[in-house]
Amino acid sequence: MDRIVVVGASAAGLAAAEVLRREGFDGDLTLVGDERHLPYDRPPLSKQVLRGAWEPHRTALRGQEMLDALGARWHLGTRATGLDLAARHVYTAEGGRHDFDGLVIATGVTPKCLPGGNNLAGVHQLRTLDDALALRADLLTKPEVVVVGAGFLGAEAAAVAREIGLEVTLVDPLDAPLIRQFGRQIGDLVAELHRSRGVKLRLGVGVTALDTEAGRVSGVRLDDGTAVAAQLVLVSIGSTPNIGWLQGSGLSLSNGVDCDTRGWAAPGVVAAGDVANWMHPCLGVRVRVEHRLNATEQGTVAARTLLGIEQDYTPVPYFWTDQFDVRLQAYGTPDANAELTVVAGHPAVGRFAGIYSASGRVVAAIAWNMPREARELRQRVVDDLVLR
Amino acid sequence: MKVRVELDRCVGGGQCVLAAPDVFDQRDEDGLVILLQASPPTELHDAVREAAHACPALAIELLEE
Repeated sequence: MDRIVVVGASAAGLAAAEVLRREGFDGDLTLVGDERHLPYDRPPLSKQVLRGAWEPHRTALRGQEMLDALGARWHLGTRATGLDLAARHVYTAEGGRHDFDGLVIATGVTPKCLPGGNNLAGVHQLRTLDDALALRADLLTKPEVVVVGAGFLGAEAAAVAREIGLEVTLVDPLDAPLIRQFGRQIGDLVAELHRSRGVKLRLGVGVTALDTEAGRVSGVRLDDGTAVAAQLVLVSIGSTPNIGWLQGSGLSLSNGVDCDTRGWAAPGVVAAGDVANWMHPCLGVRVRVEHRLNATEQGTVAARTLLGIEQDYTPVPYFWTDQFDVRLQAYGTPDANAELTVVAGHPAVGRFAGIYSASGRVVAAIAWNMPREARELRQRVVDDLVLR
Repeated sequence: MKVRVELDRCVGGGQCVLAAPDVFDQRDEDGLVILLQASPPTELHDAVREAAHACPALAIELLEE
């Protein structure tokens, strides 16, 4: 294998590139990324960057010297537009062509839009560094804020907006924030946390339309007939995998790039990160994980697979969210149908750890301001994962 | 090898403790990293590199000699 192209220059693509070199690949290495920035870290965007605690450069994933040491060719601000699997070419928007023997697909996801799009002035999404800087600049004009979608991103951004003193309304069609990820018990605690800090919650209602005034958003209409005034609306209603450029390539695409248990999407082609829809060897179903640690771990395994050092990818997902003074962490995959049992601390004192069980197995360990305990409980998730 | 940790980046995920428990621990109160050895012996270097690679918050810096 002489030429490897990595499409996607964020956490997963960078991890793959570094591991390729670490495992001895000394051929041509090319990274193609559609953003103009060198690789940067996304979790701080909705936290430190939005709050203004970090200058944007602190999100850089590596210093220039470490990037130089990779000995790679970088094509940033360059969108991949097509893949010819038989001829082994990747095409880019500028009419470029990159030939490969091995290909890593790590093109990530794009935020979903409200019907009608996110193009109205004052309507934001939050995925990229440029998105975060634009959102922060607009927050500093002291608008009334509506956040549509109470998942991780929306709940974190709502907390930051409230902390900088703004009137914030968090809207979600479900009955509690984070309920999809953590179920009702934690969802209710997160709702109470936001309420206690002055965030208005509009739960169980959907958005039907945006009001406009002088070419800018002025409010949000809800499906219960009410409206909320807003000069800034953040739309955080999930993401879709960036697979449009692969349509017609012959790769199997469903909810992302379909891969086997080791990351193969096709001979000589692997995928990693938010875009990869892997067959989980223990669970027997495809999983696509949009968490930060997964980008690194899957990028690592995908790179090794490409070099013939094949191993099944059996992660124990780790993810966290920071909202106000709460850090909520999880190992494994909690879900709304699993049962949560608190095993240390207590919700009433704002500090606890617990396990989620489903069908007699531990599927996740979580901690609410109790990190050490969650890490120790993680082993129970590992034990039950390998038993399946 | 010299190891440095940045507490204001650390998110308390404990991935470093899982990879290299002889070099890293976590504080009780907030889970942030405790560096047990800033100059770990050679036999721990691979584990420490693994910890730095796995850190989801880029809070571990290695100075290789």
